[in-house]
Amino acid sequence: MTISINEYLDKDLIINNLKAKTTEDIFQALSEMLLKSNYVKDSFYNGLVERENKFPTGLTLGKYNVAIPHTDAIHVIKPAIAIASLKHPVVFNNMDGDGQVEVNIVFCMVLKEPHSQIMMLQQLMLLIQNEDVLKSMNEAKNSDELYDIVSKFESNLEKIV
Amino acid sequence: MAKQKVVLVACGTGIATSTVVCKKVEDLIKANNIDARVIQCKISEVPGYEDDADLLVTTTIASRTYKIPVIKAINYLTNVNTQKVDQAIIDALK
Repeated sequence: MTISINEYLDKDLIINNLKAKTTEDIFQALSEMLLKSNYVKDSFYNGLVERENKFPTGLTLGKYNVAIPHTDAIHVIKPAIAIASLKHPVVFNNMDGDGQVEVNIVFCMVLKEPHSQIMMLQQLMLLIQNEDVLKSMNEAKNSDELYDIVSKFESNLEKIV
Repeated sequence: MAKQKVVLVACGTGIATSTVVCKKVEDLIKANNIDARVIQCKISEVPGYEDDADLLVTTTIASRTYKIPVIKAINYLTNVNTQKVDQAIIDALK
């Protein structure tokens, strides 16, 4: 098994029930956290904001919707996935430019070069397509629980494959 | 022999969602024995490739009109109605 979600997860990169009103609030919280743990450069926040304005990352899935903000590799020191579940949904623009979506969970993808991360990206897509997992993430009581849900999801995947 | 087709797969940064879509399109091409190759790029880089390409598959907003057909592939990320996207790509490359 090549590089998978678990190798990109870090207990210090998870926020449960983030109180945010705007996408900028969310990006601020995520960037601060990533900066503190040396995953990104100072420029990461602006990178996220600019990129989201030009190319939004909201994904309409159904009951629970997600956003997958990310930005250019030049702002990144080492790759990771930072996760924030939101206390109240925040409006994002849909990725394909077709309207808006109320987002419950944000997966911030901190990415370096393209092809090496394919496995992680595919697993992340499988995860967001699983409504049960999103539901339990949304209902998690603390960040440890949130971390466990995501890391367990990956071990279950390995069993299937 | 017919000329090999070129498919551009583009997203905003050229590293995240296009990577996932790239893999899907490569698998689709293989499974259907289509003679085509895939180029992954940023949507802003499309003009540089456009003249030699046959199809643009993208997850992001196509902000202008292109000389080649454009297929939206956000369904590959959300896994809704992917057969429709598969078929549109196959038809576009025939």
